[in-house]
Amino acid sequence: MRKKKLAGIFMSLMVAAGVMAGCNSSSTSGDGDDKTIKIGANLELSGGVASYGQSVEEGIQLALEEINKEGIDGKKLKLVKFDNKSDAAEATSGTTKLISQDKVVAIIGAATSTNTLAQVQIAQKNKIPLITPTGTNPTITNKDGVLSDFVFRTCFIDPFQGTVAANFASNELKVKNAAVIIDSSSDYAKGLAAAFQTAFESNGGKVIKEEAYIAKDTDFNAILTNIKSANPEFIFLPGYYEEVGLIIKQARALGIEVPIMGGDGWDSPTLVEIAGADPLNNTFITNHYSSGDSDPKVQDFVKAFEAKYKGKSPDAFNALGYDSLYFLADAIKRAGSADPEKIQKALAETDGLSLVSGKMKLDKNHDPIKAAVILEYKGGKQEFNTKVNP
Amino acid sequence: MEFVQQLVNGVSLGSIYALIALGYTMVYGIVKLINFAHGDVFMIGAFIGFYSITFLHLNFFLALIISMVFCAIFGVLIERIAYKPLRNATRIAALITAIGVSLLIEYGVIYFRGAQPEAYPSGLVPIKAIEILGVKISGQSLLILGISLSLMVLLQFIVHKTKIGKAMRAVSHDMDAAKLMGINVNNTISATFAIGSALAGAAGVIFGMYYTKIEPLMGIIPGLKAFVAAVLGGIGIIPGAMVGGLLLGVIESLVSALGFSLWRDGVAFVVLILILIFRPSGLFGKNVREKV
Repeated sequence: MRKKKLAGIFMSLMVAAGVMAGCNSSSTSGDGDDKTIKIGANLELSGGVASYGQSVEEGIQLALEEINKEGIDGKKLKLVKFDNKSDAAEATSGTTKLISQDKVVAIIGAATSTNTLAQVQIAQKNKIPLITPTGTNPTITNKDGVLSDFVFRTCFIDPFQGTVAANFASNELKVKNAAVIIDSSSDYAKGLAAAFQTAFESNGGKVIKEEAYIAKDTDFNAILTNIKSANPEFIFLPGYYEEVGLIIKQARALGIEVPIMGGDGWDSPTLVEIAGADPLNNTFITNHYSSGDSDPKVQDFVKAFEAKYKGKSPDAFNALGYDSLYFLADAIKRAGSADPEKIQKALAETDGLSLVSGKMKLDKNHDPIKAAVILEYKGGKQEFNTKVNP
Repeated sequence: MEFVQQLVNGVSLGSIYALIALGYTMVYGIVKLINFAHGDVFMIGAFIGFYSITFLHLNFFLALIISMVFCAIFGVLIERIAYKPLRNATRIAALITAIGVSLLIEYGVIYFRGAQPEAYPSGLVPIKAIEILGVKISGQSLLILGISLSLMVLLQFIVHKTKIGKAMRAVSHDMDAAKLMGINVNNTISATFAIGSALAGAAGVIFGMYYTKIEPLMGIIPGLKAFVAAVLGGIGIIPGAMVGGLLLGVIESLVSALGFSLWRDGVAFVVLILILIFRPSGLFGKNVREKV
């Protein structure tokens, strides 16, 4: 008897859920109504690299407010957010949901290369433009020589970042040999390390030691002891802030005082909390943007951002999130329509659009050609060091 | 010299494993249950410590004590709710429940606070690193080793010299006979969980202080490693857990030192498999013949 009752309740719940799901999909079909254009955001709002996704989202929100003051041809942009929990599988299902259930015309996200790569196939298949604000891995837009024509990015790519770091090490820091520490579970870190090694060796330098770890490790003393005994003049450490913070802290505790350099994966306030301010001295990163840049476009953005987020200084992820929505809005405006395929064409033709992180022009791989900045950590704060053109 | 440094690294890593393994091995010794949720109690301990330090502005030792008390209560609750109803069920049922409890705690914490990592404030225990002939030993690793050793001695004392310890040994020997002799089996098992979980809580706070970064899934790997350490030393034997933990830490450091850092976790489990094949009772275990 009791079993039957339970089964009855279960069945009625299932039916109710089915009806509700049906309602939902019928009310959201089509590109919304005539007055709004729906844009998806598939971002790491929680999980291991939540700091990136949240920063990108803050940038997008600011741009959304500014763009919606006038609207695009009388239409307002509407943002549909999805939290992929910093997980590639979750990112894949999120993109499917945004396309099939929410009927968005374009998607911004994800903030990391791995989670973006998980979405590429779906965007291509459904012919929906996908813009990653900060995914720097080259294979996102072009894998094995095949262009993913619906996929775009607002940032530069890993080989460029690795090359800039290698040139900085050879020309500015004048080091002759280096050690490399790679997060071997991350495509991002491997790509950056490969580019660094190629450029550093063509500058006449030598990579004398290579060590690897896996994301979520916490004890790096053993590999750092190996590096210490090789006695390099410089350490290249492309990785994400969670592990980078621990590595720097443990390296300094072991008495490794040489300069350490990484990429935009370091760029998070959490890095400073984990590593501490003093161990971070004499470390450098390549990045997309610096709030210390005197360009008026940058300064206007910094002012608007600080006004909206109560004095918080915008980081590169904020800037690139902001730029991504402007990049998309500009394409929608030029396309004169919210049709995904027309938007795709307009995005590909972008030439010289002025954004906070520099002028946008795409090369044949849909990768932007733009400048990089080098920042130095001093007393736990990032300071603008130099700007490097491609 | 580099080799000595690697040994030192291994001992500091191993003393954390040992600390977690102590609680693990104790619960197994008394109730014959592999408590897979032990690593997650460790994580809860780390977070309780973190919140006591950052929000209540307590010092390290007070936070350690609060975390131990909280985890003791938490451990007893887990035992009462999830394991006690299964006391007379098969061993496999209890094991699977333990895995379920573990996942529930992990994702429960993610649900309530999100999965983003948190950083312990630095300089909690200002002990200077010492340097002997170019080998750096951080003060914190000495502290951890000291805490692990003294907790081991304390545990040995509790188990062998106190009344509750006597009850624990009786329950572990034969639960039904203990009951007939007037021992309150439920209370004894609760006490075991309370002590074991308090140790896990302490390990969590110490881990947070030493490695700075804590997050909701941090208990998984150290929990598994502590299990390996406990089996290595002979599960259920308290000094065995200590030695197993230290040995495992040293093995891992040496594997990394030889340039196979990516194989580190793999080697830990190879050790587990080898031990189970060649010496299932562990390094300190006696081969007990089962009576038919």
